[in-house]
Amino acid sequence: MLNQPVKPVGIVGYGAYIPRYRLPGAEISRIWSHGAERSPVKEKAVPGLDEDTATMSVEAARNALARAQIDPREIRAVWIGSESHPYAVKPTGTIVAEAIGATPATQAADWQFACKAGTEAMQAGIGFVGSGMARYVLAIGMDTAQGRPGDALEYTAGAGGAAFILGPADEAVVVIQRSLSYVSDTTDFWRRPGSHYPRHAERFSGDPGYFGHVIPAAEQMMELMGAQPGDYDHVVVHQPNVKFPVRAMRALGFRPEQWQAGLLVPEIGNTYAGSAIVGLTAILDVAQPGQRILLVSYGSGAGSDAFDLRVTERLLDVQRRAPQTWDYIRRRVVIDYATYARLRGKLATT
Amino acid sequence: MAIATTWRTKRQRYSLEGEVCPTCHQAIFPPRDVCPHCSEPAGPVHTLSGRGEVYSFTTMYNVPRGFEEHRPYTVALVKLDEGPLVTAQLTDVNEQEVQIGMRVEMVTRKLREEGSEGQIIYGYKFRPLLQQSA
Repeated sequence: MLNQPVKPVGIVGYGAYIPRYRLPGAEISRIWSHGAERSPVKEKAVPGLDEDTATMSVEAARNALARAQIDPREIRAVWIGSESHPYAVKPTGTIVAEAIGATPATQAADWQFACKAGTEAMQAGIGFVGSGMARYVLAIGMDTAQGRPGDALEYTAGAGGAAFILGPADEAVVVIQRSLSYVSDTTDFWRRPGSHYPRHAERFSGDPGYFGHVIPAAEQMMELMGAQPGDYDHVVVHQPNVKFPVRAMRALGFRPEQWQAGLLVPEIGNTYAGSAIVGLTAILDVAQPGQRILLVSYGSGAGSDAFDLRVTERLLDVQRRAPQTWDYIRRRVVIDYATYARLRGKLATT
Repeated sequence: MAIATTWRTKRQRYSLEGEVCPTCHQAIFPPRDVCPHCSEPAGPVHTLSGRGEVYSFTTMYNVPRGFEEHRPYTVALVKLDEGPLVTAQLTDVNEQEVQIGMRVEMVTRKLREEGSEGQIIYGYKFRPLLQQSA
């Protein structure tokens, strides 16, 4: 089990980003099943032609900076978790660090662990801040997920994510009381180099993949903390669809009112490395001081990160310093499948 | 855009990094050696707020090479709150909504890609102010 950092660590600023286009699940069903298939989500967020993981990360990072109100030159790591980095070789981290004014005295790198890459960056950030190597670390989980046309995952492969500035707990809007990881070699979803679309192992991605990691990670956290499900005001887990997180949270003993604020997948789809953490931003937009939050991510391949969080008095001061997550969700422009095909580069134009 | 030009101008393109003239105190964008207002040496680095309004605009259907993928798009002269007038694409907007005087804010977006193997060039665009709940 992970040891605790030498110095207590918290989140000093947070920011979300979700692009404005929405593709309804009914539109995908119309194309591939003449409307017979039922979509697992209402709609999913789709990035514009000029958006990618770098640009979306920049906006989320600027929102996090607006809340933290720190000098970006004090950030000592810009770490971006994604499975859709714009370059195969060349870090997204340097682009984001340059755009927010954090260069040159900073670490900058990209993390890859399917949908867990963002929380992996947060775990590393806890180590960096908690050891005293850095006062602040910027950890981001962001994706523009690609779904193979006609594949079951096309309904949910969305776009969006969140940025967190980690720093000393006494400056934090949320204190990280404990974190842990639960990892195994489980091949449930993957993409080989040079392949455009990921592949997945159908039902295997549920159990032992998703449920085989999310549930034990949450159980271990509660056992370590001596906590019961009822001790948490909010719970948010990775959201590949609606069914999986609801089944997992119900099996763990949570109730709908605990997961309501963070369950965004019906509106924006699965934002992959951004999924659990953009749900956390929606919770932080409405949370009250003293409330306790359980965050559990999941990345195929496979593993979960769990975080036990406690909201501080400072949160109320920062909630409205930047656009809230629902400001982005409400900014929706519905598109048809043809526009989606164009925006996502699915048309051969040369 | 050559690699060297891209590299040299990255800060002004990503975050509207300009200058303030130490003599006449006016904002300068893009940064340069001599102040265009008073002809004295230009001043220290100053990042502009990114807020401004549409001064004029046009929608482009015939576009320069490298921008075909994005057509049609709307280009505007944006009068920044600090004074400078910049030319940039508008984004996240329907062209029918654009009006002279419309408030806009800077976002960092992909300007174009140099093919599937070349560099990706990022820079400033402007969008209508994001609507925030009261």
